Amino acid sequence: METHVTRRAVLTQGLKLLVLGTAVEGQAGAPKVAPEAGSGYNPRDHLWAMSIDIDRCIGCGNCVRACEVENNVPEGYFRTWVERYEIRGADYEHPHVTSPDGGKNGFAPSADRTLKQFFVPKLCNHCLDSPCVQVCPVGATFDSPDGVVLVDSSYCLGCRYCVQACPYGCRYIHPERQTVDKCSLCYHRITKGLTTACCEACPTQARSLADLKNEADPIHEFLRKNKVQVLKPHMATRSKVYYKDLDGAVR
Amino acid sequence: MQNPWRNAAHLIRPALVFVAGLLVFLLLRQAVVPASFGQYGHYRGAALVEIRNAPAHFAGEAVCAACHPGEAATKAKGKHRTVHCEACHGAAASHAEDPEKHKPARVEIGKLCVRCHEEDAAKPAWFKQVRSREHSGGASCEACHQPHSPQM
Amino acid sequence: MHETIAGVQGFMYPNEVELQWSILIVLYPYITGLVAGAFILASLERVFKVRAVKPTYRLALLTALAFLLVAPLPLQLHLGHPERSLEMYLTPHRSSAMAMFGFVYLWYLMVVLLAEIWLEYRAEIVEWAQRERGAKRFIYRALTLGSMNVSPEARRIDDRVGYVVTLVGIPSAFLLHGYVGFIFGSVKANAWWSTPLMPIVFLFSAMVSGIAAVMLLYMVQCRMQGKAPSMECVDTIAKYLFYVFLIDFSLEMLDLVHRIYEADESFRSLDFMVHTRLWGSQVVVQILLGTCAPLALLALVQLVHMSESWRKKLYWIAGVLTLVGIFAMRWNVVIGGQLFSKSYLGYTTYKLQFAAREGLLTSVGLMLLPFGILWVLVKLLPPWREEQAV
Repeated sequence: METHVTRRAVLTQGLKLLVLGTAVEGQAGAPKVAPEAGSGYNPRDHLWAMSIDIDRCIGCGNCVRACEVENNVPEGYFRTWVERYEIRGADYEHPHVTSPDGGKNGFAPSADRTLKQFFVPKLCNHCLDSPCVQVCPVGATFDSPDGVVLVDSSYCLGCRYCVQACPYGCRYIHPERQTVDKCSLCYHRITKGLTTACCEACPTQARSLADLKNEADPIHEFLRKNKVQVLKPHMATRSKVYYKDLDGAVR
Repeated sequence: MQNPWRNAAHLIRPALVFVAGLLVFLLLRQAVVPASFGQYGHYRGAALVEIRNAPAHFAGEAVCAACHPGEAATKAKGKHRTVHCEACHGAAASHAEDPEKHKPARVEIGKLCVRCHEEDAAKPAWFKQVRSREHSGGASCEACHQPHSPQM
Repeated sequence: MHETIAGVQGFMYPNEVELQWSILIVLYPYITGLVAGAFILASLERVFKVRAVKPTYRLALLTALAFLLVAPLPLQLHLGHPERSLEMYLTPHRSSAMAMFGFVYLWYLMVVLLAEIWLEYRAEIVEWAQRERGAKRFIYRALTLGSMNVSPEARRIDDRVGYVVTLVGIPSAFLLHGYVGFIFGSVKANAWWSTPLMPIVFLFSAMVSGIAAVMLLYMVQCRMQGKAPSMECVDTIAKYLFYVFLIDFSLEMLDLVHRIYEADESFRSLDFMVHTRLWGSQVVVQILLGTCAPLALLALVQLVHMSESWRKKLYWIAGVLTLVGIFAMRWNVVIGGQLFSKSYLGYTTYKLQFAAREGLLTSVGLMLLPFGILWVLVKLLPPWREEQAV
């Protein structure tokens, strides 16, 4: 026997459900964790970046090793790495590039002085318009209020869309956690007044942490005085890693 | 009189199934979504705190200088002033916390110096480089150079 | 000089050597493509009144459902943390195409496919609910959702609502599969994927694969029933397959010609990749065997008068080659996009494992599963109309 469903019954039941649903929905956004009170660090006072001077990099790999120690980077994956470029004459289309084990133990010395050779340290560029943050389906990778692109590894699904979206190849999947991992700009250090592990370990200070919101930071003079480039500017990611004297052949 | 909607009334049923599903979804969302989500942006606000609280393994030069002012002063005057302590001595935060329990590993002088200073056409010209095999006739770098102030 | 990493030629960024998206991510667009294609074929009759393909209407809907139910499985098996996949629904990131896709999938499954199947089968479901015994009776009673009203007036309303659902379903099907194309096409970091043509190419190749699949399944269904297939139906489907395939082929050739002509910074690297690592799967399998051959066979049938038996033979060959070719297309997009370095200086290799979670065995299993589900659906909701004793 068919239940006689009247229009009136549907309307009243429907309205009740709608009200209940909205009330429930309203609860979902209320934060219950207090912000980092009492730590003295206000993220909104900082905008973190990094400057790299190509002519000061000697390819020793100290930065790669230090990062590995500081952040427990798994073997075979790299939060930061160093590339060596060898360019013959005007052949910019075919530079010879190597990065043996990410440059972790330096490079085998080259004796060929007819080539143009140099080292390029690379890391996450902590882009202001980061394509990796854009594509994350759940909000597991995000832009912190102080401009650092971070990964919430307890929320990450491991879908790898962000790894595909990063033009610089700085992301990888952590083999044990099966979540994405990458340079965090040593967020746990820089928010406590320390510098990043890679900058701490660099013997020539080729790499240097920068705070764009700090008026006294040397980055401002660095940007004003030098010929500066970011990697893949045509990708319009607004990268915040600024290279001094970066050669056009660098990919 | 026949209710004109009678022949369409069955359509309410799948609609109700849909609404019931929506309600279950909303309740689930309330129960499962982490409380700090959305606090600063589309992510778990608590993640910022968790990431910040990771332990540091490098102490930073200022910490070394606090207990080793002599070495720090020597280095500050020499060519290695840009080389921070832990760049050669390795991560020493645990040593700074408990100096007796954790001592930094002994530096392998031969291996370490060569890693930076071995002559390489790829290294910038201003940087001091030598061909290690020809340079010292087999003597250890330390025989002539004091690591904290290496210029002769 | 070559890198000493196994399988790598030239230079790759250190984190790029390992492929991120495996054969499971090749399967996923293939499966959703079959769904979209089968549905479009069903809508040919319902909305565009192509009467000739009516015998395949119900079968197409059931095929779409069987494949749609399996579609999330390769994704779940691929995720590092499938147990967290609900996060995509609970906290979807609105700027992410992948997150929005979850809702497109749900919308299509519930509002379009399930609603349409329910409305189409309702009269018989009510009859079976009253006639059958045991577990089947229970299932049919549940499917009636409590309403036994199958009066002619109610059925007329069902038909009208079903028409609207199909009407809405066509752009929904386009969205379902076009979205997958967009997920690839919008990745500016990847030169092989990044093109506005990607969603359209995906969509047309989806229609091709879906139409071919339903055509073959219809011939199988008839054979199992011991009946001869309606040649008017099969000929019409083959004709639509031919025309849609022509469009698909043109679009893919447009992409290729455009790349070759413009020759931007990625071109030399991609060209090298196609000539070496992708030669077999792209040129031989996708283009020659999977596109040119079936197109030639279908063109032949359109141009030359042939007997019924010959036409069926050619449709079988063309259909199978098409399905293989479209799979190869997905492979070439997904795997191809990861074989070259974003530095345009190197190449890596895809190591397909056999028995691993993301291996060949799993993939074969996932491709067979929809047929198993379809078999159950056909038993439960037979696509052929019963001889009604009036």
